[in-house]
Amino acid sequence: MLRFILRRLLQVIPVFIGTTLLVYYMVFALPGDPIAALFGDRQPPQAVIDTLRSQYNLDQPFWVQYGLFLKNLFTFNLGNDFTGQPIAASLARVFPVTAMLAIEALAIQAIFGVLFGVFAGLRRGGWFDSTVLVASLVVIAVPTFVLGFVFQLVFGVQLGWAKPTVGANANWATLLLPAVVLGLVSFAYVLRLTRASVSENMNADYVRTATAKGLSRPRVVLAHILRNSLIPVVTYLGANLGSLMGGAIVTEGIFNVPGVGNKLYQAVLRSEGPTIVSIVSVLVLVFVVANLLVDLLYAWLDPRIRYDQ
Amino acid sequence: MRFTRTSKALGIVAAATLALTGCGAGGGGSTDGASKAAGDPNKVITAYSNEPQNPLLPANTNEVYGGRVVNLLFEGLRSYDANGKAVNALADSIESSDAQNWTIKVKQGQKFTNGEAITAKTFVNSWNFAANSKNLQNNGFFFESIAGYDDVSAVTKSTDASGKSTSTPAPKADTMSGLAATDDSTITVKLAQPEADWSLRLGYSAFYPLPSAALADPKTYGENPVGNGPYKFEKQGSWVHDQSISLVKNADYNGTRPAKNGGVTFKFYTDPGPAYTDLQSDNLDITDVLPSNALKTYVNDFPDRNATKAVATNSTLNIPGYNPNFQGEAGKLRRQALSYAINREEIAKVVFNGTRTPAKAYAPPVIDGFKEGIKGSEVLKFDAAKAKDLWAQAEKIQPYDNSKPLQIASNTDGGNKEWIDAVANGFKHNLGIQAEIQPFAKFAEVLNLRKSQQLPGLTRAGWQGDYPSLYNFLGPVWATGASSNYEKYSNPEFDKLLKEGLAAKSTDEANAKFNQAQEILFQDLPGLPLWDQARPIVWSNNVVKAETGWNGEILYYGITAK
Repeated sequence: MLRFILRRLLQVIPVFIGTTLLVYYMVFALPGDPIAALFGDRQPPQAVIDTLRSQYNLDQPFWVQYGLFLKNLFTFNLGNDFTGQPIAASLARVFPVTAMLAIEALAIQAIFGVLFGVFAGLRRGGWFDSTVLVASLVVIAVPTFVLGFVFQLVFGVQLGWAKPTVGANANWATLLLPAVVLGLVSFAYVLRLTRASVSENMNADYVRTATAKGLSRPRVVLAHILRNSLIPVVTYLGANLGSLMGGAIVTEGIFNVPGVGNKLYQAVLRSEGPTIVSIVSVLVLVFVVANLLVDLLYAWLDPRIRYDQ
Repeated sequence: MRFTRTSKALGIVAAATLALTGCGAGGGGSTDGASKAAGDPNKVITAYSNEPQNPLLPANTNEVYGGRVVNLLFEGLRSYDANGKAVNALADSIESSDAQNWTIKVKQGQKFTNGEAITAKTFVNSWNFAANSKNLQNNGFFFESIAGYDDVSAVTKSTDASGKSTSTPAPKADTMSGLAATDDSTITVKLAQPEADWSLRLGYSAFYPLPSAALADPKTYGENPVGNGPYKFEKQGSWVHDQSISLVKNADYNGTRPAKNGGVTFKFYTDPGPAYTDLQSDNLDITDVLPSNALKTYVNDFPDRNATKAVATNSTLNIPGYNPNFQGEAGKLRRQALSYAINREEIAKVVFNGTRTPAKAYAPPVIDGFKEGIKGSEVLKFDAAKAKDLWAQAEKIQPYDNSKPLQIASNTDGGNKEWIDAVANGFKHNLGIQAEIQPFAKFAEVLNLRKSQQLPGLTRAGWQGDYPSLYNFLGPVWATGASSNYEKYSNPEFDKLLKEGLAAKSTDEANAKFNQAQEILFQDLPGLPLWDQARPIVWSNNVVKAETGWNGEILYYGITAK
């Protein structure tokens, strides 16, 4: 078990270097001078531009820039972004906000997705099943930004149940609306996965055995059907946590959430290599840890799975 | 009813995500609504903004989101009223007999909000700090006219093996020789050469006074600036990065711009779409940036709660002098032909939805000294026949190389593609040449190519006035070697007239010279004036009334709340 975890953690190193190198290179290859772009038609004295450029190592060749970035990263000094703010401080500001949003969205899709999926799967072909199937299809078909705008207008502007944007006061309550929008599409997938898995396991031999032994219906459903049906769902949810953290650019934009997505979007607009790569680095870690957790959960769900050979 | 409103509003916001908008503009249809109530003087207004790009030092702030905060935190020697007229603020008098030697009397008894007194010395120290190349202030060049600026702002240039040159600050002096405080209330300024409109600059943020803490540690100070303006930071750390800046009324302020509300909280948005939604539900009080599609609907969405005013910003289509097709006598005729072939009136109406007005000169009408009907300005009228005729004349002198289409370079965000397509179509139909947009993802790419003289065709350019002066629209853009003259236009006659204008005894005399200089521009047509901008703003039900200043910045201090 411990060896398994260690091995997985060691895999982080090549993944980390590969992704940061790739992203750093892509930012580097963007055309245009990012420092000149900060100023528009009214350029400051050339000495200001040149000093900024050397301050951000933009006058160095790619490998030197990347090397300096890695060096800074490992000495826990992420440097400043183009507005002169320490990158570490802005990461510390945006990640908690997005983490709240992602956890809320994940909770919504996990709880409601599994609940609805089990009910639909148990009564396959029933009215509940058919309704939920059609509804989830609609949710999957509608792009997130459309859902976002509709929810914002209906619940935020017209009904006034929630503030239409989050802004400076990000907390569990204000983030609920964007979390619902963010979680809705994956909710539909979780529901469909659970439903398919449950209805398949319903006909399995061990379920018939359990019922024949005289176990109560709730026990059969919870301990036997559900537990065995959760493996694909957990895999999906784990992979989803990473994309919820990093892929919320559209939702964060619509609801003006001061999180990772918005920060990343602005950094890309400004071609701020160090900020982009710092955010991506943290996201890589989130992905790796989430996947590790998923793998560990397998063993709990299905004791036949072993990690050490 | 409700349904229609929803779907319409949905359209606005959805389109907003597709286009990153800059500022739009609106013509007419603005009403202030009869403001009967004086308003609640203690209510805090929330306003649209975004993260400032620099620590909040006036001489370092050259972008709008930091600029609007700095302008509320500080008061300079002069300030600009809503129409762009410069009025004395901290200055009791500003005098010069020869436009070169100036004497400024500073009001006594003024203090920063931390209690530090503001004297003539404060200004001298602040200006020397801003001009010093070592301090890397973005607006340092605003002091370029003062004698001794060259020494204080000196740099050394080094060239590396690959021929790339780098400038490093190397000031030869710490103080400008032409700047002195003779006593607590008197500043004397000697300019390197006469400049009649120099005192117009004094309301610009670069000239604001700074407390000693700012000079000692600019970066720390810029996080929690202490000023002398109508507002101050609510508390230490009022600037929550990426989220908001909270200002409250400065009770000790007794200047020309008294706050009519209790404070202003700038809420940061990365996109104008959500801000528009917030305004519709009174979750935000005022914005000056509308999502591009809302330009068609804002008057209906915010009846009696919108205003649109012309601002000191214009656009030109620049024709680089190195392009062989546009050189010599034939080139001159072709430039005129291109100008006649642009239907400014129609594009302003159809593409900009009436939110821009066709240009009438190289400076917008809101600027003092603006003159309509300058000799040569008839090229700004659309005239297809004339365009064809001029082009044919040019063909006789030197045939046009039509092997490649005439390209118009621009970044395509901010809704630029639409009007450039319209202009290119005008060239195609009226002149029979190939023309198309040369699209770029980012403004910086175009700028790079403009600076290095590598654009094959025309390019879009824009200028926003730094301070309300006619010279500001001509000197920095078209004078030989000027900082924003990227196409390197040069005409000694034009430079001479500018110089004569600057040396004039009165502003009227100066403006006459500047308008004469524009006649040269209309002969040479280094750029074709396109249109002037207006700025629409909308406000929530919490606001009684609001308006914008000469440069389009909302006059936040004048907003009254219900």
